[in-house]
This record gives sequence, C-alpha cells and structure tokens, in this order.
Amino acid sequence: MHNNIAVQLENITKTFGKKVIANKDVTLDIRKGEILSLLGENGSGKTTLMNMLAGIYYPDSGHIYVDNGKDELEEVSICSPKDAYALGIGMIHQHFKLVDVFTATENVALGLDKSIAFNKKQIAADIKAICDKYGFKVDPDKKVYNMSVSEKQTLEIVKALYRGANILILDEPTAVLTPQETDMLFEVMRNMKADGKSIIIITHKLNEVLEISDRVSILRKGEYIDTIQTSEASVSILTEMMVGQKVTLHIDRKDPENTKERLVVNNLSCVNKYGVTALDNVSFTAYGGEILGVAGISGSGQKELLEAIAGLQDTVDGSSIEYVIPDTEERSQLIGKTALQIKDMGVALSFVPEDRLGMGLVGSMGMSDNMMLRSYRKGFFFTERKGPKELANKVKDNLEVVTPSITTPVRKLSGGNVQKVLVGREIEAAPSVLMTAYAVRGLDVNTSYTIYNLLNDQKEKGVAVIYVGEDLDVLLALCDRILVLCDGKLNGIVDARTTTKEEIGLLMTHLREEEQENG
Amino acid sequence: MLNMNTLMQLLQSSIAFGTIIMFGAIGEIITEKAGNLNLGIPGVMYLGAISSLVGVFFYEKNVENPIPVVCVIIAVLCAFLAAALGGLLFAFLTITLRANQNVTGLTLTIFGSGVANFFGGLLNGFSGGVGQIRVETTSKAFMTKIPFLSNMGTVGKLIFSYGWLVYVAIIIAILVQWYLNKTRSGLNLRAVGENPATADAAGINVTVYRYLATCIGTGIAGLGGLYYVMDYTKGTWANDGTIENLGWLAVALVIFAIWRPKNAIWGAYLFGLLFWAYLYIPGLSRKTLELFNMLPYVVTIIVLVFTSFRKKRENQPPNALGLAYFREDR
Repeated sequence: MHNNIAVQLENITKTFGKKVIANKDVTLDIRKGEILSLLGENGSGKTTLMNMLAGIYYPDSGHIYVDNGKDELEEVSICSPKDAYALGIGMIHQHFKLVDVFTATENVALGLDKSIAFNKKQIAADIKAICDKYGFKVDPDKKVYNMSVSEKQTLEIVKALYRGANILILDEPTAVLTPQETDMLFEVMRNMKADGKSIIIITHKLNEVLEISDRVSILRKGEYIDTIQTSEASVSILTEMMVGQKVTLHIDRKDPENTKERLVVNNLSCVNKYGVTALDNVSFTAYGGEILGVAGISGSGQKELLEAIAGLQDTVDGSSIEYVIPDTEERSQLIGKTALQIKDMGVALSFVPEDRLGMGLVGSMGMSDNMMLRSYRKGFFFTERKGPKELANKVKDNLEVVTPSITTPVRKLSGGNVQKVLVGREIEAAPSVLMTAYAVRGLDVNTSYTIYNLLNDQKEKGVAVIYVGEDLDVLLALCDRILVLCDGKLNGIVDARTTTKEEIGLLMTHLREEEQENG
Repeated sequence: MLNMNTLMQLLQSSIAFGTIIMFGAIGEIITEKAGNLNLGIPGVMYLGAISSLVGVFFYEKNVENPIPVVCVIIAVLCAFLAAALGGLLFAFLTITLRANQNVTGLTLTIFGSGVANFFGGLLNGFSGGVGQIRVETTSKAFMTKIPFLSNMGTVGKLIFSYGWLVYVAIIIAILVQWYLNKTRSGLNLRAVGENPATADAAGINVTVYRYLATCIGTGIAGLGGLYYVMDYTKGTWANDGTIENLGWLAVALVIFAIWRPKNAIWGAYLFGLLFWAYLYIPGLSRKTLELFNMLPYVVTIIVLVFTSFRKKRENQPPNALGLAYFREDR
C-alpha cells in the first residue's frame, strides 16, 4: 500500500497548568513533499502543537505517527529534540538556537552524533553541498554574530537538513525577514519540496499562505477547525475560519461623553532594535472619555506605539506626539521628554508582557513596595511608606486582590492578581491617558470583567484609555473605536459598534490596496 | 642598577611564581569556558597544597626508604583530588542547587585557606623540635632538573633550571588550548558556557559538562598549590598568604589572557615578573613598595578597558558566565 503521509497527529491534547488548554483533540496529517500552512490567531496553539513534534513539549494525550521509511506509519513518542531529529523532524524556532561566537560550521557540528567524524573541513564541505542543492547561501566560516537575521535563519535550516530532517517546521519564518529575503526563503522552500521534503510553515499572514502552501490547516483557540486546499482558499474564507463566529460579551459600554482631544499623534515612526521599521508613519488622535482599542497581529508595532508615547522608545525625526494638558488645554510635545516627565504629566502605561512580571512589578517585593515604585522619589532621604501602604490596601480592597498580606511577594500571587496590582496601581495614579497592553492576558472570565469595568470607569471619568488587546471579541465589545495596525502601518480606524470581526481580521492580516501601493 | 646576576634571579623567580599562577589560570579558564565563575581558585590551591603535603608526610614518615616516584604519585594525586573535591562542592552548590556563584566561590576560598592553615599548623606541630615539617624525598623529586641542559650557560639556566612541574604547566596549557579549539568535546564545552539552552537543544548534557569542567579545572589549579609547597618552599609549610595572593592573580590572569590558554602562558610569566618587580626597583620605601605590588592588577584593569573598547566578540567573557542553567526557564 502506498502511503503519502509523513506525519500524523491524532487527538493531541496539551494543557498548561489546570486552566490553559493549548491544544484540544487536534488531528492533523502532513503529506510527503507538500508545504502545509498552519494558520491561526495569536494564542491559537500553533506553536505549541508543533513543539510537540519537535520534542520541546510532550502531549498530555493523543498519538503521533511518523513514516518509518518503509511507507508505513509507526507510532512514536518524542521526548526531546534529539528524538525528533532521529525521526527526521527539524524545527526552526522563532528564537534561533545558535551560539553567537561560533562559525556556521561549528554551530552545525554542535552536539553531532559521535558516529560523524569531527572534521570541520568535511562538515563545511557538506554544508556547501546542501547549500548548492537547495539554493541557500551560507558562508561556513562566518561567525553567527556577524550574520543578518536572514542568514541565521538559513543556517538553522541548513543545520536541520544536515541532521537529516525530512520534515521541516518553520515557526513564523517571515516575521523577521524583509520582502526580498522572504522571496528567497520561499524559493528554497519550493526546492526542498521538490526534493520530497515535507514543510510546515506556521504563520498568520494570509498572503503568504496563499503564495507558498499546498494546503492550509486552521487552528482557533487550540482547536482544529479544518484543512483546505490552498487552490480553493481565498483571503475572506481563511479570515472567517481563523476568527470564527462573533461571541457576544456583556460588557457594560456607555456612549462616550464630552470627548476631548487628549493625545495627538502625527507621522510617528520607530525603528526597533533589529533595525527594522516597527512603526511606519502612524497618525491618530486619542480622546478623553473613550476607549481606543488597538488591534493587530502580535509584533505589528503595538509595543513600540505604547513605548513611544511613554517615552521608552526612540522615534524617527519628524514624528510628533502631542499631549493636551487637561487643565489648560495646552498642547505639549512628548517626544524629547523623559519617561519620568511623561509619567508625571499624567500618561500611564501598564504593559502586561508574556511573563507578567517582566515589566512594571518586582516579583520579590510585596504589593506595598511595588506601589512605592511610583512614589519612591517622594519624602526626604527616608522613603515615604505610609502612602504606598494605604494605596496597596485600597487596590487590594477595590480590586479584590487575593493575597495573604500586602507584604507578600507579588510573585507568589496568581497571574490574575498580579495583573490587578499592575493595572490598579496605574489607575490609582489618576492618569489622564491610561495605556494598557494585554491587560487580561491569561485571566479567567470573571477577573477579566473586573478589569473591563475598571477601564470603563476610567473612561467615564474622562480618561483617554488606549487598550491593546488580542481577543477581537473583547475589542469589539469594550472599545469605542479600534485602530488596526498591520506591519507597523496604520491600516484603518473603525467604529467598534458597527464593524465586524471579519473586517478587523482582514485589516490585521492584509494591507489595504492603497497602502500596499504607497509602501 | 641591575646586573646580570640579579636580572637572572628576577627572571627565575618570575617563572617560579608564573607557574603557580598559570596552573590556577588554566584551571579557571576550563571552568569559565563552561560558564562557571569559580572565585574559589585560591581556596582550591590551598587545598591542593596542604593535601599533597599531608599525603607525602605520612608516607615518608611510615616508610623506611621512601621511593621518589611513589612520593610524586601520592603528592600529585592528593593535590589534584583534594582540589577537585573542592570543585565538586562548588559544582554541587552552584549547578545542582543553583546557588550564587560569586558567593559560593568566595566562601570556597575562605574555606580552603582555613582548612590548609589548620592542618598546616597541625603538621608543623607533629614535627616537634623546630616546628617546621619537611618532606625531603618528595620535594627533591619535584625539584629534579633536566640534567646537562640546565648547565648550558645562561640560556640553559634561564630555560631549563626548574623543577619539572614548570614544564608540565606549559604542556597542560597547550593541551587545553588544543582541546578547547580543536576537539568536538571542547566545542561542546564552549557552547555550554556561551549558550546553555542551545547546547541543551543540541543534545549536549549541560550539567555533566559543567560538573566535569569545574572539577577538572579546580584539580589543575590544585597543582599550582602543589608546585608552591613542593618546589618553591621545598616541601615545607609556611602560612604567609602567598598562595592566596597568587590565586587571585590567577583569576585576574584569566581576564588578562581573554580566556585563551596560550595567552595565559606568557601572561603568567609577565604577572610573575610584575609580582617581583618591587624587589629590583631601587629606592623604594616600605610605602611605595606597596604601590608596585599592585602592578599585576593594574595591568589587568588596563587590559579589561582595552578589550571592552574594542568590543570584539571573541574577546568577551563566555556569554553565560556566572549564570545557572535551568531548562524550564524560558
């Protein structure tokens, strides 16, 4: 019997902790010599699923079958990256696993099986052969720290091929590439496919899915939705499958009243640390008394936008961020001011990063000491402790923070409570612009509602709230207007009351025609 | 002014102390290349010194005619193993229990010097009489010079007039240089020190490499203590803190040599020279003398400044130096 399936996943389930279900009952197959796109929103479980093939995670339940070279599927258990390589599976992660001070050859030679002779010249020659075969460009003697991101990625792929990978998994490979580099990558992907290799590309860029893949599998919120032939797919079909039906949320949203200009952003551009343009000519106005949502695929410039306003990110010349001072209605340019000055003027930022403690809170300090991080400059020589203590108690009571005491290190609190402390502290500073990013990340439904209500209260008080979120349903139910970023460009500002999920989904994944022509 | 004789004296003592520093530095380079910063080098040198002395003391005392070869084997084994045991303690605390490496290393130094001086005093007590022990056969065996060559005039005297451990140090340095840069295992070891997560993903056992590098590294450093007691002080114990001074110089030399064993060879002799320079500079008072004692450290600081200026990645410390590795940290 001829078998054209390279890998089969059957009823794979993976949970983190007790609550977070990353993958639920996913059944998926990858054929030989095809390029399969794995499509889904942020947090839909694409990377987790593939990490289980690569030996990073181990599934809670389910089976994995891999072709054993004799055209038969065999059940396997993959416990480590080494096991994965032994089965011919290689994954190229978003964060490269390379040693910076080593040459390309040395990186390939790292941890190689003892049966392969340790001969750098031979390995370099083999690298050259692989490059010639598929059209890669790698200089075996170049040190990794001298390489561009694209070169590092190429090296990772070569490393996987050198180890005999037949099934290659690429995790958002184009996120860090320029368009030209993306074209080069797609070229070698086609060459590898022609050579009979199976390639899985994890992505949320629809145009890439349509350009490169043979089939598309869609995941949504950890669940497998469907697989369709790319030839039968279109941007609108894929968007619909990706975002799903609208879920109605009951967030008490009042119509904005007495809106006043609070923040006027003009031609804001930023370059991130990799030298890539992260924000490209963004202009918008945020009003006091409304919640402005910011939607976008992760890494579309949300972080840079907030940080530029907060004074933590350098901006390109010509950018302008004007803040309208509430009392005098005077306009004040924020660019050029320090983060401290901006904070003192009433612009607050609470950013909840993936690890929750990374920004804004010190894990080993209690609530009260964390409150002090905002007021430590007060008091003469000795720190002023009474205020922060009262504030901590207030936040604890108002937001129902569950903690044994306000001196318990916040790292010991559950995620939701940590977030309440973070958001609560910023709100208590009575800002006139409140920016929050991923405020409900990883929170259960009830806690999320507490945070939504807090934000709505602020809005009613006349604060300009900027809410960066991941969940489109929440953005639609909470915000008044939604600003959509795509690839660092402002791709549209829509009215949250009248827009649809599909419209936002399209704006997030697809630059509008005129934008593409201009860009 | 310096005449030929005093110059020769200076160079010879520089090479003697340089050898002790070299052992310590080579051991520390192996350890640091695997990502462990062991500030316990002076301590393990003490451990090596006292253990070898104790070992051969009992052998010489209980045997009628001690055989030199056996003496040497006992001394080397005792020095290496005792120092490696100190390294094992450090490794267990920092790798398995993930204790802070700086604190653990400093503690190891204090521990080593305490243990050594305690047993050193005890040994001197045993010997009765003058209160000074002497392991004559062993130290003679260690001080054996290469015949003929050491008599070949000034050059022969300068290059060949030392006990054989001096040459062992150079050989070990060359071997370590070769190991780190030319072998598969050396590549893996450097990867562990640069980026343990990458090494782990490549199937390299980070824990095993770090344990072995720390234990073997401290073992080699222990040989520095061995050379000091057997050759330099001729098989006696004196508690004057010299080992500790040299141990710190060894740690400084690792930086000076920018983590390259081949640089540590000439660097060690240079440090030895700078260490002794004050004796040969005329017109120093007791106060100004101390200024010259700083020379090796000043040179290290200058090198540090220069290497940070040039920002060449190869000259930087291993990337994960001083950091414990825990796979589930993401």
